Amino acid sequence: MKTVKVPVTRYPAERFTLDNGLRVVLSPDRSAPVVGVAVVYDVGIRSEPEGRTGFAHLFEHLMFQGSANLEKLAHFRHVQGSGGSFNGSTHLDYTDYFEIMPSNALERALFLEADRMRGPALTEENLRNQVDVVKEEIRVNVLNRPYGGFPWLKLPPVMFETFPNAHDGYGSFVDLESATVDDAAEFFHRYYACGNAVLTVSGDFDVAACTALVERHFGSVEARPAPERPDFDEPDLTAERRAAYTDALAPLPMIAAGWRVPDPVADLAAYLPYVVLAEVLTDGDASRLVRRLVQDDRSATQVGAYLGFMGDPFDARNPTALLMQAGLPPGGSTDAVLTAADEELDRVATGGVPADELARVSARMCTHLLRDTDSVLQRSLRMAVLEQQRGAPELLNALPGLVSEVTAEQVSAAAATLRPQRRAVVEAMPGGAR
Amino acid sequence: MTVTELPALGRPTKLKIPATAERRLRSGLTVIAVRRPAVPLVEIRLRIPFARAPLARASVLASALFTGTSQRSAVELAAALQAVGGGFGADHDPDWLTVSGNCLASGLDTTLELLHEVLADAAYPAHEVTTERERLADHIEIAETQPGHLARAALLRRRFGGHPYAVEVPGAAQVRAVGAGHLRGLHALRVTPRGAYLVVVGDIRPEQALDRVEAALGRWRGEAAGKAIPAIPGPPEAPLLLVDRPGAVQSSLRLALPAVGRSHPEHAAMQLANLVFGGYFSSRWVENIREDKGYTYSPFASVEHGAAGSMIVLSAEVATEVTAPAMLETMYELGRAASLPAEPHELEQARNYVLGALRIQMSTQAGLAGLVTAYAGLGLRIDHVATYSEALASATREQVAEAAARYLAPSRAVGIVLGEVARIEPGLAALLPVERAA
Repeated sequence: MKTVKVPVTRYPAERFTLDNGLRVVLSPDRSAPVVGVAVVYDVGIRSEPEGRTGFAHLFEHLMFQGSANLEKLAHFRHVQGSGGSFNGSTHLDYTDYFEIMPSNALERALFLEADRMRGPALTEENLRNQVDVVKEEIRVNVLNRPYGGFPWLKLPPVMFETFPNAHDGYGSFVDLESATVDDAAEFFHRYYACGNAVLTVSGDFDVAACTALVERHFGSVEARPAPERPDFDEPDLTAERRAAYTDALAPLPMIAAGWRVPDPVADLAAYLPYVVLAEVLTDGDASRLVRRLVQDDRSATQVGAYLGFMGDPFDARNPTALLMQAGLPPGGSTDAVLTAADEELDRVATGGVPADELARVSARMCTHLLRDTDSVLQRSLRMAVLEQQRGAPELLNALPGLVSEVTAEQVSAAAATLRPQRRAVVEAMPGGAR
Repeated sequence: MTVTELPALGRPTKLKIPATAERRLRSGLTVIAVRRPAVPLVEIRLRIPFARAPLARASVLASALFTGTSQRSAVELAAALQAVGGGFGADHDPDWLTVSGNCLASGLDTTLELLHEVLADAAYPAHEVTTERERLADHIEIAETQPGHLARAALLRRRFGGHPYAVEVPGAAQVRAVGAGHLRGLHALRVTPRGAYLVVVGDIRPEQALDRVEAALGRWRGEAAGKAIPAIPGPPEAPLLLVDRPGAVQSSLRLALPAVGRSHPEHAAMQLANLVFGGYFSSRWVENIREDKGYTYSPFASVEHGAAGSMIVLSAEVATEVTAPAMLETMYELGRAASLPAEPHELEQARNYVLGALRIQMSTQAGLAGLVTAYAGLGLRIDHVATYSEALASATREQVAEAAARYLAPSRAVGIVLGEVARIEPGLAALLPVERAA
C-alpha cells in the first residue's frame, strides 16, 4: 500500500507579553488579504459558581452588548460593515472571541477587542435581553430537538462528582434568570483580567506594524493578574457507571461511553496515543468500530470516537475523556454495542495495530490537522489556546509530526486502559413521540 | 493613552483571482483546476447532473457509492484512500450528485485513480447496499423528529407544489425499498461524465493538474441522460400554513420569497437588499427580533440558487408565546424594505460585508473550492467574482430599493409555521390568512 510523507507547515509564532500582562502571538501569512483575530480568556464552564449554571456562556453574550466607546449593536455593525465576521464560544476551560476581517480592517478589530477587554456595558436591560436570547438558544439546541445536548451535557454528570465537572454548562432557566448585573461585574473583574487573556493575530500583516497596533490599543488596558486556576481533577472511576433517560423526541436509542485519559497538557506524549486510537477506531469505512458495529454486526448505524467533551482533542484540560458515541437501529442493544466495542479494544490491545493501518490513519489525521487550520481564523484560535494552556503556539506546526510518531505499541497500551470498569455510559432512550 | 475612536479602514485590499486552467475532456467532463498552495492539500469536487433521478434511489446511491468496486471492497477502498490522506463523501440534491473529497497534495494521483475506479466500476455489493440503505432510513427517521427538517420540508411542499424541488429528502419507507440492482441501473444510466464537471483546488499547478485528471479520469465514459428540470413556478397565492407539532417549545417560521440567479443583472442589488433586511447579523430583522425583542436566537434570510431557479428563505425559531409578535415584526421589516429605500449607511455596511465575505471565502482551499463549484453549476467561472464585485460596488440606492420592492414584498411571501398550532393559531390568524395543514 502506498503511504506518503508527513508534510510540514511553518506558520511563524512571534510571542510577546505587554507590560499589563496580556500575552500576544502574531503569525503572519501574506497568502490572502485577510486576518484572523482571537482573544481567549482563561475561564469557562468549569469556573462558573454554584447556583449560576450557564453563567460563563451568558457572560459571553454580554461581551457583545457594547463597551465604553461602543454602543449596543456597534460591535456587530463595525465588524460586518468592515467586511468581516465575528463570533464567540464558551468551552469547558476557556471562552473565545474572534473576528475574521479583510486585512485593511485589522486595526478596527484590535480596537473592538481592546474596548471590551476594558469592560463590557453591563446593564439590566442587556442582561434581560440576553437571558431571553440564551433561552431560545437552549430551546433550539437542546429542548426542542431529539438528542439535545447529547452527550456533552448528558455524560459529565454520570462520569464526574464535583460541580465544576458535572454540571450543565448551558445552564438551568432558573439559574439564568437569577443572574444579576453584580454577578456579571464580579465575573468580569475576576476572570476577564488581561493577565488571564491571550491575543492572537494571524494572516496578512507586517509583524512590526502589528506589534505597534497591539501596543497602541491594548497597552493601556488596566493590569489585572490572572486568578489562580483551581485543579479540577477527580479520582478515576473504579466501577462502571451507567445512566439512562427517556428523550421524548428521539425515535431511536443513542449511547455514549467515556473513559478518562491522561492530562493533555501535563503529559502530551501519554495523551497523543488516545487521539490516534480514536481515529483507528472510527475514522472512515476502514476503521475498526465502523467495520465491526456498522458494517458487520449492524448493531449501530453510526459510531464516532473522539477526545474531549466538546470534540476538540487539543483544547481540553484535565480531567477529560475519550468518548465513544453510537446511534442504534430500531430495537438496538446497548450491551451488544458495548460488548463488541470491548472486543475490538481488546483486539487493539493484544493484537496490536499493523504498520500500514497506523500509517494510513496518521496520513488522514494529517490532512484533517492541516485543513482545520488553513483558515487564518482557525489558526488564530488554535494558537491562542496552545499559548494559553501550554505557552507553545508553535506546537501547531509540530502536531502532524507528533501524531505520525505515535507507535503501534503506544496505541495498544492506550486501548488496554479502556476497560469496562473505568467507563461511564449514558443512554438516550427513545420516547417515541414526534 | 486609550484609543476611543473607531480606527479608519486601510486601503481596500485588491481582489486577486487565483491561477486557473480549464479543459473539456473528450468524454464531456469539464475539468477546472485552481491554484491555492497555502497548505499541501487538494480539494476535489465532482458534480454530475442528476435532474429527475428517482429520489430514493439517488439518495441511497450517494450513500453507497464508495461501498466497493469489482477490484476492491469498501474497506479496501477506504484504506487505500486513507493511506494518501484522502477521503470522499457524496450527496444528492434535485440538480446534482456531488462527490466531495480532499487529500494530501502528494496523494492526488492515487486519489484520482480511486475516484475513477468508483465512477467507472462501482459494484454496489448487496450486503453493503442493505447496510447503507438501512442506515439512511434510520437517519431520515431521526431527521423527521427535528423541527428544522420538518419546517423546511413543509415550506418546499408549499412553495413548489408539484415541481421536483418540492421534495429534497425521500421517506424512510421509500429508501428501504431500494435494492442493489436499482443502484447499478441508476449508476449506469446517470453517473456519466457528459455535462459533469470536476473541480480541483489547492497545492497544484493548474495546467499540470488538468493532465493528471485526464490521465486518471479520461477513460471514464458514458452518455448523458439529458434530463432537465423545468423553471420553478411563480409563488402560489396561499394562506400561511400552520403545521402542528404538539408539545413544541418553539415555533419554526419559514417564508419563501422570489429571487433571481447569480447571472441576472439585478442579482447584486437583490443580495444587498436581502442583507439590509435580514441576510446577516447586522440586519434590521435580526437586530429587531433578536437584539431588541429577544424572541429568537438565530433568525436568518438566505438566498438559495438551484439550476431551475432561486429563492430567498427566511428562517427563525421563536418562543411559542411570541410567535405572532415575531411574525408581525417580520412582516413589518419586509414591508419596510419593500416600501422605503435603505439608508446610505445601511447600504454601505451591507456592501462592505459581502465584498469582504468573498475575500474570506477565497482565503481557504475548501472555501474556494465551494465557490468555484457553485459558480460552475450555474455556468460561471471564478472570474465572475470580479464581475460580481464590480456590480456590488456600483449598485445604487435606487437599484437596491427597486430590488427590495420586487423581491422582499411581504405580499409575495409563501410561508409555513411549525409549532403547537392550538397555541399559535389565534395570534397568527389575527395578522394573516392562515390554514391548518391536513
